[in-house]
Order: sequence, then structure tokens, then C-alpha cells
Amino acid sequence: MTNPLQIIGRVTLGLFAEIGRLSVFAGRVATAAVTPRWYLGEILRQMVRIGFYSLPVVGLSAVFIGAALALNIYEGGSRYGAEQFVPNIVVLGISRELGAVITGLMLAGRVSAGIAAEIGAMRVTEQIDALETLSASPYRYLYAPRFLAAVATLPLLVVAANIIGVMGGWLVSVYGLGFDSTVYLRNTVDFVTRDDILVGLIKAVLFGGIIAVMGCYQGDRSQAGATGVGRAATLSMVGAAVLVLAFNYVLSTLFVEIGL
Amino acid sequence: MSPALSAKEYYGLPNSPILKLSSVEKSFGAKQVLRGVDLDVAPGQSLVVIGGSGSGKSVMLKNALGLMTPDKGQILFAGQDVTKATGKAREKMRARIGMLFQSGALFDSLTVWENVAFRLINSEGLSRRDAKERAVETLKKVRLGADVAGLYPAEISGGMQKRVALARAITSEPDLIFFDEPTTGLDPITADAINDLILEMVRGLGAAAVTITHDMASARKIADEIAMLFEGKIIWRGPAADVMQSGNAYVDQFVSGRADGPIQPAL
Ligand SMILES: Nc1ncnc2c1ncn2[C@@H]1O[C@H](COP(=O)(O)OP(=O)(O)O)[C@@H](O)[C@H]1O
Ligand SMILES: [Mg+2]
Repeated sequence: MTNPLQIIGRVTLGLFAEIGRLSVFAGRVATAAVTPRWYLGEILRQMVRIGFYSLPVVGLSAVFIGAALALNIYEGGSRYGAEQFVPNIVVLGISRELGAVITGLMLAGRVSAGIAAEIGAMRVTEQIDALETLSASPYRYLYAPRFLAAVATLPLLVVAANIIGVMGGWLVSVYGLGFDSTVYLRNTVDFVTRDDILVGLIKAVLFGGIIAVMGCYQGDRSQAGATGVGRAATLSMVGAAVLVLAFNYVLSTLFVEIGL
Repeated sequence: MSPALSAKEYYGLPNSPILKLSSVEKSFGAKQVLRGVDLDVAPGQSLVVIGGSGSGKSVMLKNALGLMTPDKGQILFAGQDVTKATGKAREKMRARIGMLFQSGALFDSLTVWENVAFRLINSEGLSRRDAKERAVETLKKVRLGADVAGLYPAEISGGMQKRVALARAITSEPDLIFFDEPTTGLDPITADAINDLILEMVRGLGAAAVTITHDMASARKIADEIAMLFEGKIIWRGPAADVMQSGNAYVDQFVSGRADGPIQPAL
């Protein structure tokens, strides 16, 4: 196996096999999510865990991104005497791209890796086997609730990230760059459209699915031992982050094409 | 597909085993773990399977439970093919089989009673109140008081965890129970208490039992018959009383625990 062509061939085949397995898994999770029976208690518990407890990390990330964005747009815009467009571009960038992307990336770490570690630990301690012997499908009892909770709460988190991100830009603009507060906010509200918000929300739904499925998938496949579970967490974080960025680009392209 | 027989109908048929493995093979990659396992378990019988660490005992149980699919061979539970059962038929079959996992496998996010009542709540649709009542009753059978019912698995000792797992395995009054190394990791006194409980549960329910162990004291105590798994096959089977003079060199070496003999230590 020293022939570079052979190595490339093998890696490519491995990648396609992995994509295939992940797709089949995602299909089974989605099917379990939309058919009865539903474990409502589990879904609510996961919504609190995934949604509510992620608010601080999402809020903090958004405020700093919004602030840095405003600063850079001001700097770049001033080269053309266009610095008055800061509020417009900040709200556009955050609602169409950064709010969803930052939320997706932060949750790839906090939620996807967390799910993978939790499910992985259950796999290696035979708890998932035990579920099956007790006639409870892990797809219904473990994976679908996480999927539904992530898909339902990510849009809410993105709304929060959008608002807080815009506030970050506003803070820097008003207290650092000499903007008038009322004018800044009016420009923001007048400029942003319903479609801009919608774009972020659609992305959020997809990112939620990616984050939950990736965590469950890597956890379910986890190998025995602490290293196996650690590896599952790392793989799910990296996998979810890359997929979030890739699908963000795909969706952005699509939305530009259809004029959304 | 023929529907699973109820225990009563089943016991009416003489000589038909409740569990039957025929030529079961299972590999992981290039590694062949099971190379044609044949095993019959009669209703109400207590069979102990002995064998070295890593010889595939747990893999054999997981195949029998339908948690793994054999590469070749057939597994029948009460005459019904385990690997072909799906949906409701599979659920019905699962309700008649109990399993005590090697690691206990208690759900650590649930309390002791929620673990024991898991099937009652999530599959049989009992209310939490009724399920808790049943769970506390079952816990009493394994000598655990109502005071532990509300604790989490991490808050109780290893011996107590095994008992909770045992209680969970018997809540639905199964016809067949698998025990995967029930005494491993316990002190001799606790281990013997677990042996007593296993005997009591199996006799009390009239259930058949397949127990995996390499604890010979435990094997002699709970077995009607003993079988030995070696290199992926059952190489010997006989009454528990005969195991010390089986006349089989492999069994002799295993039960007397000698490093020298036909079996190479798994080092
Ligand atoms: N899911 C699995 N994937 C790959 N190999 C496995 C798996 N389960 C068990 N094995 C291998 O099969 C062999 C038998 O394992 P096991 O049945 O657990 O042994 P034991 O007799 O100690 O219970 C071991 O070598 C183990 O590494
Ligand atoms: Mg084992």
C-alpha cells in the first residue's frame, strides 16, 4: 500500500462508505422522529439541555462577533466614506450568516460532542443493548428526542443570537464609533427584511439536525474504553462543525439563486 | 411467520427446547469468534456456559438475544427464529426474555425503581404509580428495601447494582433469563448471595436460565448442566455433578485453573 493512487482510492471509498452509513443513520433517526411513539418527557428534557443551557455560550459568542463585525465594517467602509452603512451590513451579516453559523459551531462543540460522549458511554456500558432487550428502540428513546429538541430549539437560539449580535454591533458603534443610538437602531430595523431572518432560521433547523444526528451517530458507533468515547466526542464535534459550514455555503448559494 | 407460543402452550410440547442454537457462526473482520455453536436449552433448565475470557461467551448471548446477527446458523426461541422476528413479534419475544448484562448496564440517568420498572412504563404502558409499586415489590424479592428505590445507580454499591439489574431482568416474569458473569467483580460472600438469588428467581418463575461464568463455585451451585465454549464451539456438555471428572482435557484444565495444559492462557 505505498502506491499513492491506491491510498487515494482507499480514502475516497472509505469516505463514501462513511457518508452512506451516516445517511442511513440520519434516515432512521428522522423516521423515528416523525412516527409514534414519542417520549415527551425525554424531548422536553433535551430541549432544556440543548436549548436553554446553550443560551449563555451563544449569547457571549454573538455579542463579540457583532462587535468585531461593526468595527471591521466601519474600518473598511470609511475607506470609501461609507461608514454610515455599518448598521445595515451588521444586521444583514448576522441574520443571514453569522447568527446561525456561530450558533451552529458553538453547539457542534457544546451539544454534539456532549451527546456523542453521553451516548458513547451508554454504548460501551451496554445500556443501549439493555434498552433493546427492554423493548425500547434507542432510535425512539434516545436519538429522536435529541433530534427533535435540537431542530426545535436551534431557531430560537438563532433568534437570540441575532438580537444579541446586533446589540454587540450597536454597543461598539454607539460607544466607540460615535453613532447616534436612535439612528443606528432605526437603520437596523428599516433595513432588515423578513427574508433575511427567514434565511437564518431555515439554516438553524438544518444545523440542529446535523448537530444531533452527528452526536448520536458517533456515540452509537463508539468503541469500548475511555479513548473510544473521547474519540466519538472529538469526531462528532469536528464532523458537525465541518458539515455546518459546508451546508451553510450550500444553503447560501441556494437562497441567492432563488432570490430569498 | 408462526406466532410465538405462550409459555403454557409451549410446555405442553415435550422435549422441544425453549432456546436452540444451530451451527451459529460470527466473525468480526478477520476474527472468527463463533465457529458453529450448537446449544439446546430445555424449559426450566439451568445451563451454565464456561469458557476463557474473550472466548466469545458474551457474543453468543448477544446473538441469542438478537442484539447481534449471526453470519451463519439459526437461533430459535420457543420455536421462532430470533433473527427474523420484527416489530410486534420481536417485542413480544423480548418481553419473554430477561438479560442481566456483564456490566449491569443500569440506566444511570434513571433512579433504581425507574430502572426496574422501565419495561412496565415504556413498553407495557403502566402508570408511573402502578409501575413503582411493582418495582418496589420486585426489589423486595432481591432483598432491597424501598429506601433504595429513589436512589441513582451511582449512589449504591456494586453488589446492590447487580441486584437491581437482576430485578430489572425479572420484572416481566420471563421464560428465559440470560446471566452474563453475574458474580464477576463481587466478593465471595456477595457473589454467593447473588447465586442464591439467581436460583430463587429461576425456580420461582420456572424460567430457563443460561448463565455465563468462569466462577466454578457459582457454576456448580446454580447449574443443572454445564457446557464449555472453546475456540468458537461447545466442546463438552454434561450434568453439573460430572464437571470435575469430565474426562475432557480442556474442561479438566479449566475447572482446576491450571496454566499448563491444552489451553493456552490468553495473555
Ligand atoms: N462488537 C464487537 N466488535 C468487534 N469485536 C468484538 C465485538 N464484540 C466482541 N468482540 C470480540 O469477540 C471476542 C469475544 O468477546 P466476548 O464474547 O465479549 O468474550 P467473553 O467470552 O469474555 O465474553 C473478543 O475477542 C472481542 O474482542
Ligand atoms: Mg463477556
